[in-house]
Amino acid sequence: MYVAVKGGEAAISATHDLVAEERRGDTSVPELDVSQIREQMKLACARVMNEGSLYDPDLAALALKQSQGDVVEAAFLLRAFRTTLTRFGSTEPVDTGAMHIRRRISATYKDLPGGQILGPTYDYTHRLFDFDLVERTDELPKARTVPAAVDVAMPRVPDILGADGLMEAETAPAGDPRPFDITRDPVEFPADRPVRLQAMARGDEGFLLGLGYSVQRGFGGNHPFAGELRMGEASLHFTPPELDFPIDIGDVTLTECQMINQFAGSKDAPPQFTRGYGFAFGHAERRTMAMALVDRALKARELGEEAKHPAQQEEFVLYHCDNVEASGFVEHLKLPHYVDFQGELELLRKIRGDLERRLRPAPSAEAAE
Amino acid sequence: MSIAKSSQADRADYNFAYLDEQTKRMVRRALLKAVAIPGYQVPFGSREMPLARGWGTGGIQITAALLGPTDVLKVIDQGADDTTNAVSIRRFFERVASVKTTTATGDATIIQTRHRIPEQPLQTGQIIVYQVPQPEPLRGLEPREEETRKMHAWAEYGLMQVRLYEEITRYGQAATTYAYPVLVNNRYVMSPTPIPKFDNPKMDMMPALQLFGAGREKRIYAVPPYTSVKSLDFDDHPFTIQQWEKPCALCGSRSSYLDEVVVDDRGGRMFICSDTDYCGGNVTDVASEEASA
Repeated sequence: MYVAVKGGEAAISATHDLVAEERRGDTSVPELDVSQIREQMKLACARVMNEGSLYDPDLAALALKQSQGDVVEAAFLLRAFRTTLTRFGSTEPVDTGAMHIRRRISATYKDLPGGQILGPTYDYTHRLFDFDLVERTDELPKARTVPAAVDVAMPRVPDILGADGLMEAETAPAGDPRPFDITRDPVEFPADRPVRLQAMARGDEGFLLGLGYSVQRGFGGNHPFAGELRMGEASLHFTPPELDFPIDIGDVTLTECQMINQFAGSKDAPPQFTRGYGFAFGHAERRTMAMALVDRALKARELGEEAKHPAQQEEFVLYHCDNVEASGFVEHLKLPHYVDFQGELELLRKIRGDLERRLRPAPSAEAAE
Repeated sequence: MSIAKSSQADRADYNFAYLDEQTKRMVRRALLKAVAIPGYQVPFGSREMPLARGWGTGGIQITAALLGPTDVLKVIDQGADDTTNAVSIRRFFERVASVKTTTATGDATIIQTRHRIPEQPLQTGQIIVYQVPQPEPLRGLEPREEETRKMHAWAEYGLMQVRLYEEITRYGQAATTYAYPVLVNNRYVMSPTPIPKFDNPKMDMMPALQLFGAGREKRIYAVPPYTSVKSLDFDDHPFTIQQWEKPCALCGSRSSYLDEVVVDDRGGRMFICSDTDYCGGNVTDVASEEASA
């Protein structure tokens, strides 16, 4: 007669087996290799690395395989691994001005030192199916030789404007201290910009995109220009404690977006352009552009603007952009809540009972006697 | 990077109780501060855990920071030891700390719980760790953390009293049935976590140490043993707890919190204890009495 669910232990172990079966799918189809995912699903791996806050294409690919391509689940796997890693130091700040450029475009200048480098982009593809991809083909696309080597000097657009004082200056605080780490210390509000940028760097791309879009549509007052978008490889330099000079520890693929926004100026500051900054691992243009829009919106407090729109409110943006936390909390609703629900049931019955008794016509005095 | 690591050798790959010792130290420091200021929410560097946020990561971090090899752990969810998430968390600690686990409330040194306090009174030396989804009792009234911290600093709790007042004027009684706000040590208004208000009186002057962990919200708070915990109310509308017309269908208890189980599609229902250990103990007692009679 006792019908409550028993045997959670056996059920959990069975579900692990079932999910492994689901993951594998039809066994007559060859199993995916992690290196295939790493090489051929690069953009998905980049998103997992960003939202998982760990640059490791192999693990990102493994996470995607293990999660059946669920990006949020994959990011969760990467984060749960990252949290166990020892922090043995910080690299020198990455110089994106010196990165090996594979793509660099500016929407604010027709031409500029270093030129516009289109690089690999879906921007000008027609979204028509390429049915040739249905069949496996080992044929390589026809490589085209570059007419001339890419310029080594590739100054960043905001730096060009900054030289004229037209762009707000952004300088590191004195001594360039190691920034606050949002994965080791609790964030408190109001949050400084390094905290905001870190939170967005691992934030959900869809959430940031929606917020960035809301700024453009009028829920936020800035008109942005894509000052520059650059993608390529940059070297990381690290000074180990036993050496007194930095050593090159490898290259990472990065995307950086700098948005230029109007600023009317105040009684103390002349009008100038302000910056919105986006940065990501791998090739992630949509992500960095959205982040740059929201970064600028979040500067409202510092610039003395009224912060009335969602994208301008840092608690709203920072707390809710984290998709691993958000999905955990949303999905926790699947956990049993029957104790609380019973409390609600009891209350509802009591209130309805009280009301019914009050509305029922009182029995007459004679009948009672 | 070798990604072909064995999933068998969990204990070799992770520190005792999963968290590294520095992290445990950070959590313990937050716990000490929390015990020193009963009911105050201490921000802590909540780590990302291999279990999902909202599924007990705050409680798990506290338990991990407390566990020693001789501890005996009990994990409950909705009062029961056999609910899936309780099973999952208990298995996690069996795996990464290989501690002894139990379902008997009296045998446990640490009890991690979600949504309930065991019916059997807890004793000196025991620790109860609550999983906390939302540590801020004022969040429903004020969404901004910047503001709610100020409200606590100034003990500005009028808004909460107004909320209860409005419930009473509207429904004739306080309509909050779980996470019913409490005043701790006559200073901080605190969320007791979504336990039914039925359990609130158990928190008052409890001999055991009560610790609260909110992983996603990165807060820890505490109620030390023998501390006053008062459910907010009004002189003319005193705090009351849930009552049932029927006793537990299994053990006959009239003093425990009951869950409603739908037994058929014709409105058939039975009420049974939500605390499975307590209920099981009662059933055994009744059976042995009958056997000896």
